Amino acid sequence: MSTQSYEPNMVLSKKQYKVLGTRPVRHDGADKVTGRAIYGADIQLTGLLHGAILRSPHAHARIKSVDTSKAESLPGVKAVTTSEDFPEVGNKIAPSGAGGAGPAPLKKVQSNILAMDKVLYKGHAIAAVAATNIHVAQEAIGLIDVEYEVLPPVLTAPDAMGKDAPILHDDLKTIELGEQTNTVSNISSHYQFKLGDVDKGFKKADIVIEREFDTSTVHQGYIEPHAGTALWNNDGRIQIWCSTQGSFTVRSVTALVLDLPESSIKVTPLEIGGGFGGKIPVYLDPVAALLSKKSGKPVKIVMGRQDVLEGSGPTPGSHIKVKIGATKDGNLVAAQASLAFEAGAYPGAMVIPAGMCVFAAYDIKDVIVDGYDVVVNKPSTAAYRAPGAPNAAFATETVIDEIAQELQIDPIDFRRKNAATEGTRRADGPKHQRIGCTELLEAMEGHPHYQSPLEGPNRGRGVAIGYWFNVGLQSSCTISVNPDGTVALVEGSTDIGGTRTSISMQAAEVLGLQVQDVQPTVVDTDSVGYTDLTGGSRVTYSTGMAAIQAAEDVKQQMIGRVAKLWETEPDQVEFSDGTFRAKSDPGKQLSFKEVAAKAASTGGPIVGRAAVNPSSAGGSFAGNIVDVEVDPETGKTTVLRFTAFQDAGKAIHPSYVEGQMQGGSVQGIGWALNEEYYMTPDGVMANSSLLDYRTPTSLDLPMIDTVIVEVANPGHPFGVRGVGEANIIPPTPALANAIHNALGIRLRKLPMNPVKVMEAIWAKDGSN
Amino acid sequence: MPSKTRVVTTINGEETEFLCEPRQSLLECLRDVLGLTGTKEGCNDGNCGACTVMLDGRIVTSCLVLGVEAQGSQITTVEGIAAGQELDPLQQAFLEGAALQCGICTPGFLVAAKALLGREPNPSEERIRFWLANNLCRCTGYDKIIRSIQKVAADRQGANT
Repeated sequence: MSTQSYEPNMVLSKKQYKVLGTRPVRHDGADKVTGRAIYGADIQLTGLLHGAILRSPHAHARIKSVDTSKAESLPGVKAVTTSEDFPEVGNKIAPSGAGGAGPAPLKKVQSNILAMDKVLYKGHAIAAVAATNIHVAQEAIGLIDVEYEVLPPVLTAPDAMGKDAPILHDDLKTIELGEQTNTVSNISSHYQFKLGDVDKGFKKADIVIEREFDTSTVHQGYIEPHAGTALWNNDGRIQIWCSTQGSFTVRSVTALVLDLPESSIKVTPLEIGGGFGGKIPVYLDPVAALLSKKSGKPVKIVMGRQDVLEGSGPTPGSHIKVKIGATKDGNLVAAQASLAFEAGAYPGAMVIPAGMCVFAAYDIKDVIVDGYDVVVNKPSTAAYRAPGAPNAAFATETVIDEIAQELQIDPIDFRRKNAATEGTRRADGPKHQRIGCTELLEAMEGHPHYQSPLEGPNRGRGVAIGYWFNVGLQSSCTISVNPDGTVALVEGSTDIGGTRTSISMQAAEVLGLQVQDVQPTVVDTDSVGYTDLTGGSRVTYSTGMAAIQAAEDVKQQMIGRVAKLWETEPDQVEFSDGTFRAKSDPGKQLSFKEVAAKAASTGGPIVGRAAVNPSSAGGSFAGNIVDVEVDPETGKTTVLRFTAFQDAGKAIHPSYVEGQMQGGSVQGIGWALNEEYYMTPDGVMANSSLLDYRTPTSLDLPMIDTVIVEVANPGHPFGVRGVGEANIIPPTPALANAIHNALGIRLRKLPMNPVKVMEAIWAKDGSN
Repeated sequence: MPSKTRVVTTINGEETEFLCEPRQSLLECLRDVLGLTGTKEGCNDGNCGACTVMLDGRIVTSCLVLGVEAQGSQITTVEGIAAGQELDPLQQAFLEGAALQCGICTPGFLVAAKALLGREPNPSEERIRFWLANNLCRCTGYDKIIRSIQKVAADRQGANT
């Protein structure tokens, strides 16, 4: 491999465009650096009341009674609500996404929003109050009397799967390999993916390594707490203003749990202060709506930080077994995984995506994966950036590293030799389309970081890669042409990290405009066609595709107008670089601006529109090279150097692609080294503040160098692959491998904090 | 006895009076009483830095200051950083350097960074990282924030030589 010249942020670009690949200032930037942008908690309305929520002090208890009378009589209190105010929904089933990864009984969705007969985690919402100010509301919830019958909690998947485990749901019966059984247990479901014959596969292996891993519950850790404001109007229509990843998700979940038509609800997404998957579930909006109905006033509810950590969905903790076999010349021949994921209080852990990704980076013919979705007395889990995949990759990539070490093969070479390519079948069935695993590994191997020596005691280098499949889903977009030759772009994807601009850039590229000539707006659910959530790395891909098609629609309409002006047929007009030309006479031309100015006289306003539901999202691979130094006296791991690699297909706005890579990497570093829900035996999170649940600070980190690899996604006109998620997958194993390289110890439990490192050092010294 | 206290302060250069309850934090007064919602709440216990403001020349987390304590003080919030239509060089650098993604932590970072560069025109990377250690960002991994601040410092050094 030739050594590349080093830049901290490199883009290995294949194809050049006019707008794509540039780094313009984002359209919402000025609002966000001056404090003018309105986030979830910032909305002010006439007569606004403030809501507070009573949460369970117990991890597992039966609710014997709830008495709200004292709270109701406190001066300033305008409404109190409990789950009694939900409509009876019988046995209705809510679709996937409303209450977990799969379809869920609607009653369970309701009872996570406000508990019914049982509380299933500390922090479970029970009742809510609306009052003239937040302090009165908080006083009032303290006056609500709840009588509990406290039950023993169960906190981990292995414990909850045990025969004598406390049962969370008396009516939860295991779905075993797709069949509904009559067995009541905490195992909601057990699935299996099978490829080839794993027993035969392992017989071909010269080396087989089997290990067990535990990953802790961690939180997405967005800085903005959840916020929702609702007004139940006198005409029966409901308006909601909130911080969410999916305005249409809020609309549908609120409609479901309140048994109302979706069309009676309008959701306006305000600016969102981070989500990472955690702002997909709906917690506050239906409660604010009930309080508004009772009080006749708009009601705002904002979570505190403890509410966020204890009452909103973290990502599952997990117990994982991985067994991998290889031949002595370094071919992977068989792999087996068992994934037991903590769903939290209600079924729906992201264990299927984990199974889809656990071995997806490699070409292995004989594979078996078992996955278990297990309920425990912790908050109902939510998606977190490539949900499930980081847990799985921590196990796989650590075992891969161990095999490479045993076989004395360079760890990147070993991965490259076995890399999945186009046509490789995944354990869950589909074959990979064109993917960039090999190109990513080549970029890693040739990078100056990998080529540089690492010297000094207690220092080590680790590598790892990760795969995430990405999603497409539904998006809508309209583009209106202004008389001055600029355009207004309307879309429904809440913008968490610059997507207004990455979408506008794609429309600008099609129309030959400058990106500043496209003015994007994210609008409410009445003002744009259905648009799925901001998640699954889908917005720049899918909403971008809607913008491209809407721009194409504009282009075709304008070609029609030009044909009219020139008294010719549309097929005699061509368009490039913002100029319309006559095919017969290239000197005859009109600019985009000139045609825009003639819209009124050539047929009226020009409005392009598109709605898409693409399926070829194009998976993304990410990889890390990381150098660490571990202090053998304290067990503290310091990250000395970190380089993140990712296949972006085509980086529309490279700065924001790098930002995703850097942010995902640092969340992965936090997950690897420090973050965990530290639970007492009673099921109480003992570190429910940002002091004790310590996400990485600026002082904990080096710069995060980036290399963007571009292997075009054939499923997108410009080759885009979503880049939001894969970057969080490799850090935990890359750091585990680096710590092994530094100290000769393998850590298989997260977080790899000073305690775990010291215990491992002592255990090693003791055995010597 | 009135339930609220009259507080007279100077906020972003304007003399500002407000009434507040003794239990209200400065953060709550800024946001809910005065409508200055640029200052954000991320934790309400001083650990995230989203509510950072300048109070008499010091950076404070405004959730840990009572509104009544602001009597007679000079306060600068994110709304007071730009000079009219002209963005502060830090704001401009944050935009050009893509130093924000969701933007919720940005007001706190801007106030804290401006305070740093006001005291130390050419801080090292380590010094910037130390100074900002009380401001949490979950989106960016801090890289582009640090680089944007370094750029402003370097530009100023360039302008002064």
